Amino acid sequence: MATTILLVDDEEGFVQTMAKRLVKREMNVFKAYDGQEALDTLSKNTTIDVVVLDVKMPGMDGVETLKAIKRDYPLAEVIMLTGHATVESAIDGMKMGAFDYLMKPCDIEQLLTKISEAKRKKLQQEEKIIDAQMREITSRQSWD
Amino acid sequence: MKTKEITHDESYYHNLTRNLIVKMIIASFTPLILITFITSYKYNNAYKEKVIAHIQELVEKHKQNIDTFLKEKLANVLFLTRTCNISHFDNEALLQEKLDLLKKVYGSFFVDIGLVNSQGVQVDYAGPFKLGSVNYSQAEWFKEAMAKEYYISDVFLGIRGLPHFIIAIQKTSENKKWIVRTTIDFVLFNELVKNIRIGKTGRAFIINRKGELQTKLQTNQPNAEIIKKYILSRKISADGVQVFEGNFSSDKKSIYLVSTLNNGKWFLVFQQNERDAFSDLYQTRNLGIIIFFLGSCSIFVMALILSRKMVKQIKESDQEKEMMNEQIIEAGKLASLGELAAGIAHEINNPVAIMVEEAGWMGDILEEEEFTESENLKEYRRALKQIKTQGIRCKEITHKLLSFARKIDSRIQDVQLNTIIDEVVGLSEKRTRYGNVKMILDLSPNLPTVHVSPSEMQQVFLNLINNAVDAIDAKKGGKITITTRIENDRIVADIADTGSGIAQANLQRIFDPFFTTKAVGKGTGLGLSICYGIIKKIGGEISVNSAVGKGTVFHIRVPITSGNTENQGGINGDNDSFS
Repeated sequence: MATTILLVDDEEGFVQTMAKRLVKREMNVFKAYDGQEALDTLSKNTTIDVVVLDVKMPGMDGVETLKAIKRDYPLAEVIMLTGHATVESAIDGMKMGAFDYLMKPCDIEQLLTKISEAKRKKLQQEEKIIDAQMREITSRQSWD
Repeated sequence: MKTKEITHDESYYHNLTRNLIVKMIIASFTPLILITFITSYKYNNAYKEKVIAHIQELVEKHKQNIDTFLKEKLANVLFLTRTCNISHFDNEALLQEKLDLLKKVYGSFFVDIGLVNSQGVQVDYAGPFKLGSVNYSQAEWFKEAMAKEYYISDVFLGIRGLPHFIIAIQKTSENKKWIVRTTIDFVLFNELVKNIRIGKTGRAFIINRKGELQTKLQTNQPNAEIIKKYILSRKISADGVQVFEGNFSSDKKSIYLVSTLNNGKWFLVFQQNERDAFSDLYQTRNLGIIIFFLGSCSIFVMALILSRKMVKQIKESDQEKEMMNEQIIEAGKLASLGELAAGIAHEINNPVAIMVEEAGWMGDILEEEEFTESENLKEYRRALKQIKTQGIRCKEITHKLLSFARKIDSRIQDVQLNTIIDEVVGLSEKRTRYGNVKMILDLSPNLPTVHVSPSEMQQVFLNLINNAVDAIDAKKGGKITITTRIENDRIVADIADTGSGIAQANLQRIFDPFFTTKAVGKGTGLGLSICYGIIKKIGGEISVNSAVGKGTVFHIRVPITSGNTENQGGINGDNDSFS
């Protein structure tokens, strides 16, 4: 199953090229140029597995967007992209549930590794949830 | 950072020295001059008054003596004349007898005695001079004596050619006027006055209303003009003594004391050279002048030396300050340079990222089959790889720049001091382990929050812990104890180490910027001054107790009240990169 990615950055050139490269690596890529757009895209596409989120953005910044994402879509994994100066924000982000962070400009191989790890984590999480649900359902049957 | 140019050239210090000297001299001279002049003036007056009073008394006494003498002589002759009939005088032998009697009873002042009839002819005479029947009708004294009951004449030479004066008594007998005339020995009379001698130049003399000398003077004559001008023109009361001074004598300034004699007909004048009269005073004055002069000299010398010394010190401290300012400016420049670098680095990151991505994308496309045939494929790949490598290089450069000028978050929040301490202790765990230092935390639980910038507080604690670790000898080991507690409305954190301690001399300077005891290149001397700045900014206090060989305790007091939101951002964290 192809991974679905949401790329969020205010740098259009970066988002577009990165999207093309990810698509070429057989991923489904959605693009957003600010925090609000990212949330809108997420609301329309529930299949998004990993969000690649730039920390420094005008308007709603990365950390705020992350908060919103984790609130509304807790299963979506978030990888923070950061310049060195915003490492603190990235650390904050990880405390708030981001999967990992990468420093810009990032190596595509590194990014792919992180994405696949994130995807795996998400899958595990989903599996656990399914297991739990199943267990719940089975136990419910036994209790009755 | 506010810095003021304090470069001064040589002329500034010259002026400063001159001003200092002038001010010092004025400040020391004013009281000296005032004291010297006021006291000498007062002393002068008091002393002169005393001297003059003394002379005055003397003159008065002599005046009385002379007056008494004259009265006495007059009374003697008067008595003689009144008690005897005119026939007693009309005989030379009898007259001689009377003269002898006078001399015997009243002293040898009486020189001769004569009887003059109303025509001025001397009828009888007894005395040493063979005067016989001289006609006195033209003599002044005779005219005066005829008009009065008795008369004391001025001193005159007369027929005998010797200075003398006459006491003449009028006697009426059988409707005829007679005059009994006695001559008083001038030499003996002179003795009376000559006795008034004070000092070297003090002398007394008697003058009549015409200004003629009535006594003999050994020394130079008084200036007749001055006598006329000053003495005769004055109204002198019968028993008073007039005092005045002036340049009356031809050469030197003198004091004069004048009183009347002989019912105002004569003046007793006492004259003394002022320099002689007030010789003690002038000696004292000279002493005063010498002391004043020596004092002035020492003031000059001291003012000169002290000012030079002070200006030298000022100059040195100015230079020190200047150097310090330069360092601070340098630090400030570095800080703003850091900020600039951070901004540029951050802004460059994005375009570089895009470039690298585009290169990557091109690399991706090259993988497609249609290009595999291309002969330049190798070259393209190499070029793209190069772009990627250079992009990474750019990234490394910007990241280095950013870590050089890492921006510290100085936002103020309500935080738990204990949390910060825990974090910092965690961070420095590795260092403490290597330094053979044992960390002991004694944190009072449930402390209220403080209103500070967490990263700045981290900086404070990290600096203090680092210093404490540095103070502890790694071979011997030691411990650092951090305690927190509430004290009034403040939270107190103590960081105590068992290290080498701080020497008393350094203790006052440890918070000064650029003060360091670490080896050159090891410390910038900014750590503690930044701590000081941070703690002061949030309204807290930082103090230190230290004993050499035993250890050091830093006390940090931070106010609990969270109302202190002003003064934000005074010191910003950028300085961290230099500490």
